[in-house]
Amino acid sequence: MTPELVYNVTQGSYLAAAGLFIFSLRWLSRPETARRGVLAGVLGMVAAIVGTLVHPDIAHYEWIALGVVVGTVVGVPLSRVALTAVPQRTALSHAFGGLAAGLVGTAKYALWLADGELTAFRMAAIAVEIILGFLTFTGSLMAAGKLQEVIPTRPITYRNQNFINLLLLTIAVGAGLWLVIDPTRWELFPVIVGLSLLFGVLLIIPIGGADMPTVISLLNSYAGLSAVAMGFVLENKVLIIAGALDGSSGFILSVIMCRAMNRSFTNVLFGAFGQVQAAGVAGEQKAVKSANPQDAADLLETASQVVIVPGYGMAVAQAQHRVHELRDQLVKRGIGVKFAIHPVAGRMPGHMNVLLAEAEIPYDELVEMDDINPDFPQTDVVLVVGANDVVNPAARHDKSSPIYGMPILDVDKAKSVIAIKRSMNPGFAGIDNELYTADNTVMVFGDAKAVIGDIVKALTGGSGIH
Amino acid sequence: MAGLDLWAMAFVFMLATFIGFDVIRNVSRLLHTPLMSLTNAISAIAVVGSLIIAGEEKTTFSTVLGTVAVAASVTNIVSGFLITDRMLRMFKRREPGK
Repeated sequence: MTPELVYNVTQGSYLAAAGLFIFSLRWLSRPETARRGVLAGVLGMVAAIVGTLVHPDIAHYEWIALGVVVGTVVGVPLSRVALTAVPQRTALSHAFGGLAAGLVGTAKYALWLADGELTAFRMAAIAVEIILGFLTFTGSLMAAGKLQEVIPTRPITYRNQNFINLLLLTIAVGAGLWLVIDPTRWELFPVIVGLSLLFGVLLIIPIGGADMPTVISLLNSYAGLSAVAMGFVLENKVLIIAGALDGSSGFILSVIMCRAMNRSFTNVLFGAFGQVQAAGVAGEQKAVKSANPQDAADLLETASQVVIVPGYGMAVAQAQHRVHELRDQLVKRGIGVKFAIHPVAGRMPGHMNVLLAEAEIPYDELVEMDDINPDFPQTDVVLVVGANDVVNPAARHDKSSPIYGMPILDVDKAKSVIAIKRSMNPGFAGIDNELYTADNTVMVFGDAKAVIGDIVKALTGGSGIH
Repeated sequence: MAGLDLWAMAFVFMLATFIGFDVIRNVSRLLHTPLMSLTNAISAIAVVGSLIIAGEEKTTFSTVLGTVAVAASVTNIVSGFLITDRMLRMFKRREPGK
């Protein structure tokens, strides 16, 4: 092939890939067409890879083959994790994306430095790429560690945290600027890499478990932007487009998550949520009404409208399949069942939807917060399964509460509430929940999976008596 | 020439970001988890940069970094597309008559 033909083949395949990626995301908008979206994405990826492999600079394939084999060996098991572990897997994949960007930037710097081809523009793009890439790498590893609970999920704080973090980032950016002015100062390069890696760690350790949906979305955005920066380094437009799609997706998801918690980006990143416990609440402890699964079953059986509110506790207890059995029992009795999904329930955007879909609950029964809130006054029984802060009425009226102003599911407006909870320990945010002491609430203590299993048993066993 | 290319890339970046905002905003909240794994797989297009660096074998240093980058990107491509499809297969409507 002539060089010109090769160029045209490569660019043509990239153009096709970019178009397919946009179609891929467009088809993902609805469950009916979503799987077609995956197909379009795969086709785009294949087109781009084939278009790259015809490149005459690629002289050897052994190393590529090695990378592909390793990637496949690691990738296939990672795609088969339990759906409760999807947040960790997602964080890990952001880490890999950041790592790839950081390594390519480093390699390009070394190659261009040796050949004397480092222009100011290339150096600036490389600096952005490695800072974003490496901080995403370690930041996402920390997030994955917290989600997997190998690292404490509570916020880890130290004195002058924000000041130290910002100082590190400023030094890294300053060193990058210095390199733009004088690219031959190669000793600055490892400094930037080291500081970015460290900054990523320090950025994530003060963030608590309940903030993970926002953090994952934000790291998603960074991973996309590091791919964009790589596109600028390699002057590759399909990389810029794919990175921009990823970056904007992460950004939109972060905004949705922040809004759902009534907090700002800066507050999530620098606020160390869960540290401050509102004082004075502990004074007026009201008694809770405790019930057993049989009582809960009796109450559910008399209802005509039931709303189930799943939270992270359902995921931890792996209770989603039991929830499905309960739903079937209720539907069989002609009771209307819906699921109320808070945007930040779980550990990543959409987490609850995937878990319930896995348990074969039809997705038309999963209702968004804004759509279901008007229904609560007409609801007979709300069953809260491992959700806590997202149903705390204090968010509506208690100005001293750390979650004041956060949009919540108005479950307290229902006629009665059954809350399943392990113990009376406060949730992730460390805030007392006044829902549990409300007059229309009964608590069933125990593991969510076991409790719901017992409720189902009581329903099936008692069905002949009535 | 280099200057021209920079501006062309900046335009591409801006337009792609607008398209991204528009397309993503239309994605149902139901599918936000698969959305994240799909965009993740798509942005692993970074593999094209890694492929060239690993395949041109200019220095040992760059080849090793390129190979690791290929492995990281391929991991994201393989696991990202597979898990997205696995999750999407689970989303089902209520069977008629139930």
